[in-house]
Amino acid sequence: MKILSLNFLTCAVKACKTSPNSYPLHPKDAELVQDELGLKPEMIISVLPRIDWEALKSTCSELGFPALPEAAPTKEELENDEKILKDLHHLLLETSISEGKLVCGNCGHEYAIKEGIANFLLPGHLV
Amino acid sequence: MLFLIRFAQIHESFRLAELKALAELECEDLKIAEHDDKNPFCIVEMSSVEASKRVISRSILAQSIHELWGSGSTLNELHEDIKSILPDRGHLYKDASFKFEVECFQGTRSKKARMEIIHSLAYLPFEGPIKMKDPQEHFTIFEYWPYQSVFLGIENPERLYFARFVGGTSRDIVHKYDLKKRGYISTTSMDSELALVTANIALADSGKLFFDPFVGTGSFPIACSHFGATTWGSDIDGRSLRGDGKDKSLKGNFSQYGMKERIGDVFASDLTNTPLQLRRIWDGIVCDPPYGVREGLRVLGCRDPLLKPWQLELSKKNYKEPDYVPPKKPYSFYAMLDNILAFAASTLVDNGRLSFWMPTANDEDREIAIPEHPRLQVVSVCTQVFHKWSRRLITYRRVSDAEVSPAALQAFAVRQQVTVEGRTADELNPFRNEYFKGFNSEK
Ligand SMILES: C[S@@+](CC[C@H](N)C(=O)[O-])C[C@H]1O[C@@H](n2cnc3c(N)ncnc32)[C@H](O)[C@@H]1O
Repeated sequence: MKILSLNFLTCAVKACKTSPNSYPLHPKDAELVQDELGLKPEMIISVLPRIDWEALKSTCSELGFPALPEAAPTKEELENDEKILKDLHHLLLETSISEGKLVCGNCGHEYAIKEGIANFLLPGHLV
Repeated sequence: MLFLIRFAQIHESFRLAELKALAELECEDLKIAEHDDKNPFCIVEMSSVEASKRVISRSILAQSIHELWGSGSTLNELHEDIKSILPDRGHLYKDASFKFEVECFQGTRSKKARMEIIHSLAYLPFEGPIKMKDPQEHFTIFEYWPYQSVFLGIENPERLYFARFVGGTSRDIVHKYDLKKRGYISTTSMDSELALVTANIALADSGKLFFDPFVGTGSFPIACSHFGATTWGSDIDGRSLRGDGKDKSLKGNFSQYGMKERIGDVFASDLTNTPLQLRRIWDGIVCDPPYGVREGLRVLGCRDPLLKPWQLELSKKNYKEPDYVPPKKPYSFYAMLDNILAFAASTLVDNGRLSFWMPTANDEDREIAIPEHPRLQVVSVCTQVFHKWSRRLITYRRVSDAEVSPAALQAFAVRQQVTVEGRTADELNPFRNEYFKGFNSEK
């Protein structure tokens, strides 16, 4: 589960969706892996406006990554600064959770991640 | 400028939808001048040779594009038409090496007859050498003959065209992604040709984010990623994503094609209980939803929580066990269609596309209506006809909120309310009745 995907995901329980505590999900016992993947600047540039920067900052701090800048870089900064582009590419696409859990801050339900694939299927009593 | 597109003789009703999508991707104003499903030669207008090459280069259903020099219903008419443009164009090819060819669709010509036609073009001001192999310019006389011309003894074509080759297409990649050569597939994997056409119609492209909520073995993400998109997918069946956890898996397929960097993530989830945020993330959503033919359509949930409260207790007690399997309940196909449209309306960016496949009956009475949503505008409907049933590829565009009237939204909300209340969870599924018994065997 890539760090980018975490930014798109919240708790699957319908009642949690309206609660601000359900997003982002909190990684727990996370084993991280790094993949080396080709950088596509156009991908990072198009993904930037779809990122919830506050959520990304809190995910990074929970995982113990170096702190992100206070505000998201602008499109111009991305286009002109290869380092920001590379760093974001590394964080969002090359870094992922291979094993662990994602925990909802509202209901406490834990979603397991195994071999990089998360399981969001809800048990009968939570549907 | 006019161009002749030479289409493959297959999936005729998808041709224009693919072509228009490719023109939109290239921001090219393409006009259809002459088109008939029965005729593989289609005449279109585009701004330049360069633009025409770019537009057609991604096409799966076209074989080539040619600059049109003339057309007519008889050879004489064709010559007149060619002569009228010669003053503008003829001299440009004076010294180029070239070759001529005659291509007859639904008809035949002897070698001698072909040579006669070619010789009748002797007035063309070409002085370069004739080269049968790799000439600089390749001219073709295309002939469209009436159906069964040979059998009926028809002696002349209905329509003739003369055109200069300018560019090829992506049709060859259909073989590269052939399911027979793919490491991991299932009975419901989409064949590579139609998956690639779907990706084209949905405008998959570099720098775009695509999602398939019924991803299975990943046929659509693979096709979309071929065109550069980064793709995500989910499926209620976690095993279908994992495969053997190595080569024979969805991710293994991406590695097989050298596209590891284009897969975002896949995860197990039910579209009716999705963990995805409902905000504008996706440039495209493409899928082949479950029809409920084999097992009946299912979503997460206990069947009768009120009648059988112990199911809930059981779930509370066991859900942390590693081998726990969440209960599923039957669901209506119509309700699922509504869910797909509602999900797409809330998560597509403006002008993002939803393309999904849906089966329907061949006779009009039983045909299933095209689902509607005020925030989604139908762009194209393409039909693949089988013996007893058909399936359609329906494509929508997410319109911007400014384009939707509050009245339309209001009316839609009211209608939804009525239909939801009028339904029971295990309402009959339209594809499970007698009529569709031949459905799977035919595929
Ligand atoms: C027609 S198949 C699509 C196959 C896919 N295009 C492929 O390439 O393998 C439908 C898929 O939907 C999944 N499915 C069924 N019900 C679902 C639900 N409620 N939510 C998400 N996926 C579901 C099935 O497990 C199946 O893999």
